Amino acid sequence: MKIVVIGNGMVGYKFCEKLTAKAQPGQFEIVVFGEETRPAYDRVHLSEYFAGKTADDLTMAGLDWYAEKNIRLYLGDPISYIDRDNKTVRSHHGINESYDYLILATGSAAFVPPIPGVEKEGVFIYRTIEDLELMTAYAKKAKVGAVIGGGLLGLEAAKAMIDLGVTNTHVIEFAPRLMPRQIDEAGSNILKTKLESLGLSIHTSKNTSEILGDQFITGMQFTDDTKLDVDMLVISAGIKPRDELAKLAGLETGHRGGIVVNDKLGTADPFIFAIGECALHNGMIYGLVAPGYEMAEVVATNLMGGDKSFTGFDMSTKLKLIGVDVASFGDPFVAASEGKTIVLEDSMKGIYKRINVSPDGKYLLGGILIGDAEAYNMLLQTTKNKVVLPPNPEDVILGARGGSGNEGGAGVLSLPDDALICSCESVSKGDICGAVCDGNETMDAIKKCTKAGTGCGGCVPMVKDLITHTLKSQGKYVRNVICEHFNYSRQELYDLVKVHKLMTFDEVLDKLGTGDGCELCKPPVASILASLWNEMILAKGNDTAQDSNDRFLANIQKGGTYSVVPRIPGGEITPEKLIVIGEVAKKYNLYTKITGGQRIDLFGAHVNDLPAIWSELIAAGFESGHAYGKALRTVKSCVGSTWCRFGLHDSVSFAIRIEERYRGLRAPHKLKSAVSGCIRECAEAQSKDFGIIATEKGWNLYVCGNGGSKPQHALLLATDLDSETCIKYIDRFLMFYIKTADPLTRTATWLNKMEGGIDYLRNVVVNDSLGIGEQLEAEMQTLVDNYKCEWKEAVENPEIRKRFTHFVNAPEAKDPSIQFEPMREQKKAKEWK
Amino acid sequence: MFMIQEKVITWFLACRTTDVPQNGGVCVKYQDEQIALFNFSRRGEWYATQNLCPHRMQMALSRGMIGTQNDEPKVACPFHKKTFSLASGKCLSGDDCGDIKTYPVKIENDLVYIGVEDNE
Repeated sequence: MKIVVIGNGMVGYKFCEKLTAKAQPGQFEIVVFGEETRPAYDRVHLSEYFAGKTADDLTMAGLDWYAEKNIRLYLGDPISYIDRDNKTVRSHHGINESYDYLILATGSAAFVPPIPGVEKEGVFIYRTIEDLELMTAYAKKAKVGAVIGGGLLGLEAAKAMIDLGVTNTHVIEFAPRLMPRQIDEAGSNILKTKLESLGLSIHTSKNTSEILGDQFITGMQFTDDTKLDVDMLVISAGIKPRDELAKLAGLETGHRGGIVVNDKLGTADPFIFAIGECALHNGMIYGLVAPGYEMAEVVATNLMGGDKSFTGFDMSTKLKLIGVDVASFGDPFVAASEGKTIVLEDSMKGIYKRINVSPDGKYLLGGILIGDAEAYNMLLQTTKNKVVLPPNPEDVILGARGGSGNEGGAGVLSLPDDALICSCESVSKGDICGAVCDGNETMDAIKKCTKAGTGCGGCVPMVKDLITHTLKSQGKYVRNVICEHFNYSRQELYDLVKVHKLMTFDEVLDKLGTGDGCELCKPPVASILASLWNEMILAKGNDTAQDSNDRFLANIQKGGTYSVVPRIPGGEITPEKLIVIGEVAKKYNLYTKITGGQRIDLFGAHVNDLPAIWSELIAAGFESGHAYGKALRTVKSCVGSTWCRFGLHDSVSFAIRIEERYRGLRAPHKLKSAVSGCIRECAEAQSKDFGIIATEKGWNLYVCGNGGSKPQHALLLATDLDSETCIKYIDRFLMFYIKTADPLTRTATWLNKMEGGIDYLRNVVVNDSLGIGEQLEAEMQTLVDNYKCEWKEAVENPEIRKRFTHFVNAPEAKDPSIQFEPMREQKKAKEWK
Repeated sequence: MFMIQEKVITWFLACRTTDVPQNGGVCVKYQDEQIALFNFSRRGEWYATQNLCPHRMQMALSRGMIGTQNDEPKVACPFHKKTFSLASGKCLSGDDCGDIKTYPVKIENDLVYIGVEDNE
């Protein structure tokens, strides 16, 4: 049987996924036509494109998936004609395909109201990755932005504008309140106040009559005779079903758009179905992904000979708008005659909760949550499953859940097995608990085998609760342990080593572990010992627990030679010191190269020569650069206000101060930093683990950036800090990272795994929400005070120094297997096999 | 019937026991051979293997970290963390980068001797 799918959006893709999962290989021939040039991607999380996700991250499935499933996929080639009599379609590029069944998943387009001037440059819609790319380019020169539409999509677009750097953004809503379909007036007012405190300007009951400007938009004219000057406008006022193809084929469409379908999602033509945002079911267009997926499920099941119907869908929704939780579930606006309403409003904290209860007080009918939507999943399930409410129904919003995992879990446990946990993928509580019992004990495993949590992601906390509680009920307790010798996570080990005051690897292994250790547990334990006590890492007993680079205080390179990197704080160096480096390099025949961190790397040193090389460097005033360690590497700087005509502050001096403060600091992974003297950001501070950029009023502190294999921009932690506060926050940030991160986890990954993300981190570091700020600062100060150059100690200690030989029985001999090849007047290591 | 091959083991003096760090290794020169010698003091055991890691042909195993995997003593090459059994020389990293040669070790009067075969 041959199926042609028109449209390769989220729902079109989901249909292919569901059908191929149900069918025998070869049972269906599937051909898909997509208008966009990319395979289906996650439009729901489009705004994450700005937060560092790439187009690839958003892709639902790569081209290899389609190939593997034998699906022929034509991209960038929309269907232009359906011939219902002969059951064929013709594409824009002239491809003809016959079909047995045709699936219309054409989706929707942005609805653009007919306002004069919408064609001007600088006016955008917000729908595809291409739209985002256009916006990104234009936003660079825009100062003031506006969004038409105060609904769900409009506020997403406003967030996108802020992410693009257009922080002065206005939201224009025609209705008297924000998100008129989902929340009530009181909730809308709280949301408005919250969004305004974040820098958005909100205008309700405002109707745009004209877009001003010649070629480019320069402003907006409203019907109330007011005007607003703007450089950029995004229209996000709703969606318009893409039904033109169906209309052309003579299928019935709705008054305001949409392909009319029955409960089987069938059109008047028995061989044509419509699913997703283009389908008009019972007078309703479903503009969310979950009902679209359900439609895909219904059609796929029926094509397999099943009998499923689509009978409407719960439109409950939860989202985070610019950091503000907004949720609406069940019937959010119950009329007074049909139920009672309980409202909790805290305008100080910006929290609004409303629940609607049946007249007898027994059941929850629906509600609204603004500012704190933690209880959303529980309340939604309580509503859907008609769970009987406690005697005082207000308990469900008055913090009975509180946020503690245990109480939340008890709530999850009280749900029946058929309670739908993931509504995007229709996964029930029973499905998830069953999968956990079958050995799928992590969130990733559950996602893989049940697909729960792969849609909007809203159910993930609940799924995690279910995993934990199912495992607990089996008497299991799963943690991220280090290796077979230690049944602890790094964080637990850190605390235990500290409490027991253990100083060597063997002491730690005897007290807390089993067996003899291995290359997986030795480096993290050695790192914890260094982070806690900051003793010389080659002190007896710990030397052989160090990773090879730490053991020889140098990076092992191709061929078995080592590299030497003296510290050059902030990248500032005198001519005298440059000459010393040059002389040392000549004397020991070393290859020299400037590093990305503004210092000089000397390669090709024999292990026997390392102590002599370092003695000469130390005599000239150099110290270890820790390029070999999971430690602070460099603090890069631009030249700053001392020379640069744009510089706001002296970035070099501050970088030197930072580098000298944290030099030698051992951490779960390497640490890089930078200081820029103005927003031109020549030091690239936003790609560092912690980066500092000068502002008119002080310093902005960014954290958790990363270059490397998966680049990630650092996030703004705090603004306009004086130097002392900036250092205080860095102290807290670094100590918190050192204490809680898993081994070999860079700050970016650490943050990505952190529940609550940057907001939580900011609370800990800036607002001291855990009350550990002073302790973290004190611990850091101890480490700073204990700093010694470990190369100085190594060359001065004969016991350590004698380890730097290649042959134990021929200390003077160098490794004869080391070979170099000449290259551009220097040398390189001989290529290995 | 078994063929009995005469193997002559020659013991040569490598170094003093105190020359080898506890739970660590050193490289010993024997004629043109490089031998990695390990003092697994936590287990009270000594091991010797070839110093060459067969993965990228690097003279580096003596600088590797030693430990156990299910009680099997092993060494991890510092270059790419390929691991090899110290007892059998088998590669434990689950890929076919090859096994390594092992040598017998004996300690007499705080001196370390390594046995090499002379196949003559």
